Amino acid sequence: MTGTQIGLELSVFLACAVEAVEALTIVLAVGTTRSWRSTLIGVASALGTLAVLTAALGPALTSLPLGALRVVVGGLLLIFGLQWLRKAILRAAGLKELHDEEAIFDRQRQSAGSAGLVAGGLDAYSFTVAFKGVLLEGLEVVFIVLTFGANQHDVGLAAAAAAVAIALVVVAGVAVHAPLARVPENTMKFAVGVMLTSFGTFWGAEGAGAHWPGGEGALLVIIPVLLAFSLTLVAVLRGRKAPAVGQRAAAG
Amino acid sequence: MSRLAGLARGVWDFIVGDDWRIALGVVAALGVTAIVSDTSVSAWWILPVAVAVLLLVSVSAVARPRR
Repeated sequence: MTGTQIGLELSVFLACAVEAVEALTIVLAVGTTRSWRSTLIGVASALGTLAVLTAALGPALTSLPLGALRVVVGGLLLIFGLQWLRKAILRAAGLKELHDEEAIFDRQRQSAGSAGLVAGGLDAYSFTVAFKGVLLEGLEVVFIVLTFGANQHDVGLAAAAAAVAIALVVVAGVAVHAPLARVPENTMKFAVGVMLTSFGTFWGAEGAGAHWPGGEGALLVIIPVLLAFSLTLVAVLRGRKAPAVGQRAAAG
Repeated sequence: MSRLAGLARGVWDFIVGDDWRIALGVVAALGVTAIVSDTSVSAWWILPVAVAVLLLVSVSAVARPRR
């Protein structure tokens, strides 16, 4: 297995694990509060929709010529990765609230509890919330699996990494029967943001016609440099935030 | 029509996200890379520089105190 394939697998695994943790919180909250049957039908329907989307978009993406594929995929990965990295930097610097699975679980349970009684048959609330939650989180998984997989001509490998991540999260969720609040989500999102942005930079530039010095070996420089730059931004933003807090305290 | 608008909004949120400048900057940087690649000047450095600038501008905008 090449270094690029390992990077691909790791990125897909981490991204899918994070998305699965977020979807699991929603499913558990609705399922335990209202109707497991309707919730699971919602989950199954969302998974079916995602499968149809993957079947439709996958061949379309892989049929593109390599140059065009790398520009499109590189550009999308860059936009997506930079958004993930931006949020992770802001969270790590304390400028954006951390994703709190327990708080989200409690909020979802409260909303589910106050949404009216289940009148037998299919509970529309449980179905809709579970369907929407799994579909929205799953779309990101599909996007990452397809873009990474298509670019490496190894959608199977990317899909396998995603399946392992999702299976692990589901097994852990069933075992603890609670949201996986201890998963270091922001650290994982930080890592995924760095990987998506690095691969996006590499593939995007290649697709646009640029030639990297050292070929694929350039990734071994891009990834650590981007990580170091992002960590520096976190340190600078934390430093900037501290005096502001101090000034407010002094003024109060 | 409202469903179409909702779908468009969803696609926009999914791809562009919170900061449209990132999407615009990436598209512009890819365009410049393609143009420079057609010349004798090497173009591999354009995207990494663009990534650093976009990240810096985007997080600084949030960190800047509001007046």
